[in-house]
Amino acid sequence: MSNLAISVTDLSKKYETGFAVSHANFQVPLGSVCGFVGPNGAGKTTTIRMLLGLISPTGGTGEILGTSINEPEKYLPRVGAMIEGPAFYPALSGAENLRVLATLGGFPLERVDELLEKVGLGARGKSKYKTYSLGMKQRLGIAASLLPNPQLLILDEPTNGLDPEGIQEVRALLRSLADNGTTVFVSSHLLSELEIISDHLVMLRKGDVVFAGPIQDLLAQQQPYILVQGTNPGDLEKIIEIAIADGHTGTIRAGVAHIEGPSEWAGVLNKKAFEAGITLTQLSPQLPNLEETFFEMTGDKK
Amino acid sequence: MIRVVFAEWRKLRRPTLLLGTLGAVTFFSGLVSSLLFLLIDSPQGNGDRGIKITREMLALPQGATQAFSSVGTLLGVIALCVFASQTAQEYTYGTLRNLLLRQPGRVKLLAGKLISMKLFAILMTLVSAIVAIGLSYILAGTKDVSTALWFSADGWHAIAQTLLNVFISILGFGIIGMTLGILLRSPISSISIGVLWLLIIENIIGAVKPSTLDYLPGSQLSTIASGGTVDVSYSHALGMGSIYVGVGAIVATILFWRRDVAN
Repeated sequence: MSNLAISVTDLSKKYETGFAVSHANFQVPLGSVCGFVGPNGAGKTTTIRMLLGLISPTGGTGEILGTSINEPEKYLPRVGAMIEGPAFYPALSGAENLRVLATLGGFPLERVDELLEKVGLGARGKSKYKTYSLGMKQRLGIAASLLPNPQLLILDEPTNGLDPEGIQEVRALLRSLADNGTTVFVSSHLLSELEIISDHLVMLRKGDVVFAGPIQDLLAQQQPYILVQGTNPGDLEKIIEIAIADGHTGTIRAGVAHIEGPSEWAGVLNKKAFEAGITLTQLSPQLPNLEETFFEMTGDKK
Repeated sequence: MIRVVFAEWRKLRRPTLLLGTLGAVTFFSGLVSSLLFLLIDSPQGNGDRGIKITREMLALPQGATQAFSSVGTLLGVIALCVFASQTAQEYTYGTLRNLLLRQPGRVKLLAGKLISMKLFAILMTLVSAIVAIGLSYILAGTKDVSTALWFSADGWHAIAQTLLNVFISILGFGIIGMTLGILLRSPISSISIGVLWLLIIENIIGAVKPSTLDYLPGSQLSTIASGGTVDVSYSHALGMGSIYVGVGAIVATILFWRRDVAN
């Protein structure tokens, strides 16, 4: 048996207006937490829908838990998913909505109360869905995705509408599921969250996969940099000149000099700035984080 | 597929929908039965389009089911609304994607939905039959209509036959509603177009050119409910109605099976 939860090769979806997803290639190892990121319209939801058999690819192949995506009935009983936000019947209670899905999927009805407790909706299970707040709807969506006790959990923006406490709970839940062997494939705009919980990453841009692999590999490809400020605004130009003379590059953004270079060079810069009569008020070496890397790779500068 | 039927029934049995629909069924069945007997002496007639249904006709073994069969079209419109809204709402709420995750076999899902709605239609038919026949029996006593033959062997046969005909008619209207729901993916649009066609456009076309009533879908299904009319035979209506419903069902199944679920 393959050790991959998801594997896609040249997966494409083309509409009359162009490619929504173009020849995507990526793999998600079993038991990993894989972030799925990209700007709006990059093709994340289309890719997820193809993985779940909701829309047919126009090209390429894919496998979920070792089974072709052309046979969703074989793998979906082991997959939980929430796509593009929660969707339920407003006139039914949260619990009854889950019972509809549990009945349909052949899952034990006892799991409904258990899952409502797990996502913090135990006290509101009997309330109608239409009375739920956005955060509660989101929690119900997560509960629904856990109904099959999934081997693979695919979540599209699971933290939308959640308060900080809720976000932290979802993070802990996903981590505990992964620790118990569930593979989690999660798309989110909260890149700092993904950086904390993910070990793998798939990055999409305008339908193309621009990165797929371990998150550390991605961050290691990026240049570390040093943030520098002096007592006088005019010092920044001089600092850039010092950096260039020493074989580095730098730019000034929002009154701060960004010098590309390793953290150990910060001491050299400090010495050379002192010799040039510049008093530094900030000298902080930085490692690139996921958010900065994302903006750089997707071409969407903040 | 049985799991789909049970899951759908969870939605159909919710009190607002179930009691609301059965309330409408009771109201229309009561209304048609009352008008039939209370207007029995009216020179303007007491049946559909001014037809006069006399005491002698009502005293026949088929008399018990006269009101019940006449309410068939209204029951059909109710079924069309329920079937259309229950199908189209899956698109507007976005719940279809949840259903397909738990039952990826699309034809199975559609067939299960249809079976559960058939059960709903059977319930509607039975409630309507009880109200219409019960009220007819009560009103017959007040209007000097003999009921001696109503519960004879022929009478029971007529009741069974009408139950079947009304059920077929309701089911036909329902499948048309389901087809509209899948085609238009909006409860409001599918119900509006269905009701507008059945209650207004067909009547206008029929009034302008009566011969078209031999071929219009709503007219065929209404004729099935009433067991045939002077103008259109039962077998003709059954044949034509089956073609309309069959073609609609095939188109809806192919669309449901093949179409991407992108909402």
